Amino acid sequence: MRLGLDIGSTTIKCVVLDDKNNLIYSTYERHFSQITEKIAEILGKVREEIPAVENAYVAMSGSAGMGVAQDCSIDFVQEVYATRIAANTFLPGTDVVIELGGEDAKILFLTNGLEVRMNGTCAGGTGAFIDQMATLLDEKLEDLDELAKQHEKTYTIASRCGVFAKSDIQPLLNEGARKSDIAESIFNAVVNQTVAGLAQGREIEGQVVYLGGPLTFMSELRNCFDRTLGTKGICPENSLYYVACGAALCAETTIDFDRVIKDVKNYRGSGNFAFNPPLFESEEEYKAFTERHKRAEVKQKELKGYKGKAYVGMDAGSTTVKGVVLNEDGELLYSKYVPSKGNPVEIIKSFLEEVYTINPEINVASSAVTGYGEEIIKNAFGVDYGIVETIAHFTAAKYFMPDVEFIIDIGGQDIKCFKIHNGAIDNIFLNEACSSGCGSFLQTFANALGYEIKEFAKLGLFAKRPVDLGSRCTVFMNSSVKQAQKDGATIEDISAGLSLSVVKNALYKVIRASSPEELGKKVVVQGGTFLNDAVLRAFEMEMGVEVVRPNIAGLMGAYGAALYAKNKSRGKVQSTLSDMSELKNFVHEIKVANCGLCNNNCRLTINTFGGGRKFIAGNRCERPITKRSTSNDLNIYQYKLKLLDSYKPVEGLRGKLGIPMGLNMFELYPFWYRFLTELKFEVFKSPYSSRALYQRGQQTIPSDTVCFPAKLMHGHVQTLIDQGAETIFYPCLSYNFDEHLGDNHYNCPVVAYYPEVIKNNMKDINKVHFVKEYFGIHRPKDFPQKAYEKLSQHFPDLTLNEVRIAAKKAYEEQAEYRKKVIEKGNEIIETAEKEGKKIFVLAGRPYHIDPEINHGIDKLISSFDVAIVSEDVVSPRVEKFTTHVLNQWTYHSRLYAAAKYVTTRKDMELVQLVSFGCGVDAITTDEVREILETNNKIYTQIKIDEITNLGAVKIRIRSLLAAIDND
Amino acid sequence: MAELKYDKKTGRLLFTKQMKKEYTILMPNMAPIHFKILRNVFTHYGYKSELLDTTGPEIAQTGLKYVHNDTCYPALLVIGQFIHALQSGKYDVHKTALMITQTGGGCRASNYIFLLRKALKKAGFEFVPVISLSFGMEHNSGFSLTIPLIRRFAAGLVYGDQLMLLSNQTKPYEINKGESMALVDEWSDKISQLLTEGKGYTLEEIDDNLRKITKSFSKIEVNKIPKVKVGIVGEIYVKYSKMANNGLEDFLAEQGCEVCVPGIMGFASFKIDNRLEDIKMFGGSSIKYKVCKMLFNYITKLESLMIDAAKEYGFVPPHEYAHTKELVKGVIGYGSKMGEGWLLTAEMLELAETGYENIVCTQPFGCLPNHINGKGAIRKIKEIMPNANIVTIDYDPGAPKVNQENRIKLMLAVGKEELEKKLAKQKDGEKEEDIKNKE
Repeated sequence: MRLGLDIGSTTIKCVVLDDKNNLIYSTYERHFSQITEKIAEILGKVREEIPAVENAYVAMSGSAGMGVAQDCSIDFVQEVYATRIAANTFLPGTDVVIELGGEDAKILFLTNGLEVRMNGTCAGGTGAFIDQMATLLDEKLEDLDELAKQHEKTYTIASRCGVFAKSDIQPLLNEGARKSDIAESIFNAVVNQTVAGLAQGREIEGQVVYLGGPLTFMSELRNCFDRTLGTKGICPENSLYYVACGAALCAETTIDFDRVIKDVKNYRGSGNFAFNPPLFESEEEYKAFTERHKRAEVKQKELKGYKGKAYVGMDAGSTTVKGVVLNEDGELLYSKYVPSKGNPVEIIKSFLEEVYTINPEINVASSAVTGYGEEIIKNAFGVDYGIVETIAHFTAAKYFMPDVEFIIDIGGQDIKCFKIHNGAIDNIFLNEACSSGCGSFLQTFANALGYEIKEFAKLGLFAKRPVDLGSRCTVFMNSSVKQAQKDGATIEDISAGLSLSVVKNALYKVIRASSPEELGKKVVVQGGTFLNDAVLRAFEMEMGVEVVRPNIAGLMGAYGAALYAKNKSRGKVQSTLSDMSELKNFVHEIKVANCGLCNNNCRLTINTFGGGRKFIAGNRCERPITKRSTSNDLNIYQYKLKLLDSYKPVEGLRGKLGIPMGLNMFELYPFWYRFLTELKFEVFKSPYSSRALYQRGQQTIPSDTVCFPAKLMHGHVQTLIDQGAETIFYPCLSYNFDEHLGDNHYNCPVVAYYPEVIKNNMKDINKVHFVKEYFGIHRPKDFPQKAYEKLSQHFPDLTLNEVRIAAKKAYEEQAEYRKKVIEKGNEIIETAEKEGKKIFVLAGRPYHIDPEINHGIDKLISSFDVAIVSEDVVSPRVEKFTTHVLNQWTYHSRLYAAAKYVTTRKDMELVQLVSFGCGVDAITTDEVREILETNNKIYTQIKIDEITNLGAVKIRIRSLLAAIDND
Repeated sequence: MAELKYDKKTGRLLFTKQMKKEYTILMPNMAPIHFKILRNVFTHYGYKSELLDTTGPEIAQTGLKYVHNDTCYPALLVIGQFIHALQSGKYDVHKTALMITQTGGGCRASNYIFLLRKALKKAGFEFVPVISLSFGMEHNSGFSLTIPLIRRFAAGLVYGDQLMLLSNQTKPYEINKGESMALVDEWSDKISQLLTEGKGYTLEEIDDNLRKITKSFSKIEVNKIPKVKVGIVGEIYVKYSKMANNGLEDFLAEQGCEVCVPGIMGFASFKIDNRLEDIKMFGGSSIKYKVCKMLFNYITKLESLMIDAAKEYGFVPPHEYAHTKELVKGVIGYGSKMGEGWLLTAEMLELAETGYENIVCTQPFGCLPNHINGKGAIRKIKEIMPNANIVTIDYDPGAPKVNQENRIKLMLAVGKEELEKKLAKQKDGEKEEDIKNKE
């Protein structure tokens, strides 16, 4: 007889096998992080039911069981290994096992070369992820599967990390997308994450077996896998118990049940974990703290019977919706704060109904709305003003502290901070997708541990040793918390630790501050998360300043909106806001459609309300609304795309040669096009990227943390192969052209050597002639000879003379291309000057013009009537200068030069595009910021990834424009 | 007290001759055996220096506070450690300088020194000079890499590599626990003494000492029970530094493995060879080529001394650079030189070839060259060496140790299974032979 235990991140499984390996006992229970108690309980129960188990061989497996097993001297079996043993025993003939657990995703290739894969630290949880998403949708886990079955269409949701997906889903919900479609999209994201993250170039073929909780319980999730893999996998009986069975099969020793139960009960881990000083040493200290914060207060007055002018402010935030009604003195008549549960429209409707019910005579003079749902609410209810969140918060903060220098708002999903300089918003920090989810993370975690958020936060106030969880994204925190628990941290320590982490995230990841002086002494904190005293205290401790937290910290957006409405409406008597009768007849219908008016093919959500009011969301430009395209005349990004398209293939003796249009090719295409066309190849390029193209190559990406532009290359190469290229030319380039702006002229390692990854990971590359030689375009004199040596290995009939002539023409073509871009750029600048328009230098790298990479951000900015040039247009206008970093990459030298140039002009601003996962940008962003800020310019950074939340981009751009206007 | 002087063109704070007399130079301790020895070379040349041995979570926390959080982990740790030291009150910060290596390659690592200066400014230590340990990237009147210093330095690396190699091969099997490490300590003291006195660096001396060292290790009593053999490769700092890789070598030892960590000399050969390859590939100065070639030949000579000594006493010798380089041909081009470049791939192939087919490939989270030469090359490596059993581990301040160990355990479980299969086969083979012999 054998006994196996599987201690997972959320559940414990226990099985007993008889001598013929038949499963004679099994149990599956959630442990709510009370791991040791649960193990003891289960062991006790097994012994009662099967007394013979006393003599069984016993082993333990599972990610959460490692430490316990070691300390209680039970044999430990790594869980993926255990799965393999079980699959080989119970399901011989299986080729691939896909197993999803609470936090892990695993793929095992059993035949044709054993390989076992599990998700890295980055990929985040899967079961936990689905849990989180269910919470976000306010649905039970079981219902999620039912919902998904009813889907009509799917949305693209980032498939890398749970946190990303969350910030993709929220805007969808806010825009009114159907829950069933979102549920299906979540499943698809899980599938993509597993396939892209773990298959790493290996095909999933043959007999596929699904194991683990999520795949056992959710048939639609299995269907999603089936569809993507083009196979029909099976989910065997006892699919939950494979790890436990595997452990049992590996078991070699018997245990003394009494001793083990005792040891497990006494197991306290190492007791060593990094911790911080307590938040409060004593009750008195806490009392003084609360007294101090009580002073920042808005008075509450009676709404019922109020006769004067009233002002309504609403904040349709990402996870909560807030509404306030103010009297003429800015005092609060009524307020509401509710979780958005996906549909802000319904909530605002009921908020307004409540207001009208309490005071049917109310005279609403003006109204305003802010937040993610600003536009839909404004359209649905005829709100007078829509304002950007930053302005709303600033307006509110000024009410409490007229000379405020710094405002930080931590909401459910996001952190917003801004510096105030000379009465205007000067510098805006929004959290990037990676560290978001702060407030809601606390919430999810509280729920996971079986607490209400308020109760949970309070636990931390007097914790003796708040766990030091660092300043990392939520997925990492999740595992760190588990580790701390194992090491003996109490729930109090963890609660306090999480509060500290939220603060550290804001300070060190978002603001990147190192001292309070940097932020200023006058700080107002707001957002629902700061209502949590532990977070507030942690913030003050970490920063060493006493801050102001208004009693309405959670309502500040709505309050600011109401104040804004009040200020704007001087003399106005009647708001356009829907009244009671309009609300009665209110209808809201949602339709989903693809725009189809340009290549972006945006997925539109069309909301129709009563009275012919309509709101379209999901669009990147105004075209689906106005049916007219935005002018691309003052947008160099669009010009560059067109220019690159003008290099048409010319038939040639040496056959069809494809060039993948990605990374540095966005700049070097003219060079290689001319060079190879002269060498009598028919040169063509892969199309600009699209989602479908990306997915063509997704399975062959070996490193899930490389930047998105690099990942796209797999799709481009695959497309070229599909299009019948005989030769694919994708050279390695350590160096770029020397533009004499920096100390060296390297390419970054990824740009330089990605062809090696293509060669080593794409099976189909063997179907074509792949040329990935190393060329030195930075040495025009040596280039022909060296290029000849390289190329003649592939094409022996080439002559040196031919290469010489082709090289000369190639350098000329490249110079011509650069000239055209710069001339067009100059023209755009001149036109903008004449028309008095703002000019944005949308600075990034050449490949940022790819629409799939920039997600149409250029068009979005254009729609604000702003002219757009790129960094390489203005960089030649600057002489080489000293930077505070080693200026050794050609593309980055341009960034620094462009920043420097922007500081010389009042009508120019710089917006830097940064690809997620771009390691070198950790260096460039700080330097570009420094160059701009030492010259009193605002630095704006937009991080882009597979999916980008354009809502957040909009906030940034609008805030930037508002800040410039205020100047 | 030394006056603060700045470079006229760049405004960089210089390390002056006067400072050499008064200042203590703090250095990060990347590889304990090596750096302890190398420090003495500096002592011989009149530099006061100190290795930073501090560890603990506060180092990473300090780094996170002063360096961009998306910067690679080694930068966070090294800079965090420096600033933590300056803030500790242990040093007279006005008489302290910092030293950091700078290779000048296209990887982010060449920028560490600038990030360090930025961090110093943020932390209010802008008066602390930083010395670049590099081939001519930055000049300081108070510090220069002269040929004699380089020769002594190379000797230090050779001794360090050999001690690491030998102890890794004896430690898991020693009968008297602790004997190997005691011998390492004994020899590093002896070598340190020699280098401080300016001795022990000529080819003859090195040859002689290497043989003595290797012989002494061969005297350690061992019990060669078969163990899972694990190679460690990766980004150079994470690969060697205990602080960065969460005590990887100790963990593997606890799990009952024999560990092989390819030496720093291979990396040195690689970095010099890159300059040669660059010229071959793209063209360039023939004088520069000759100088680098001389240096390269010298390193190759040193390498052969290590190999000879190891072979003579029956140890698995260190990798021969030329052979390692040959192995990677057709897998990754020699032009891939940033960071650990193709050497990383080559080392994995070499480890698999020499019986260390279980491999931990360590890298800082988001390490750029590793996308190409580490994770990006594994598929190909497994095609060539089907026995290779590789796990890649990302390190950063937020990566929990328990997750890392769990993944390594998975790799070890497969390794153990293969080892058992191999042993069973051997046994069967022996049995068959026995039967044959009897017949």
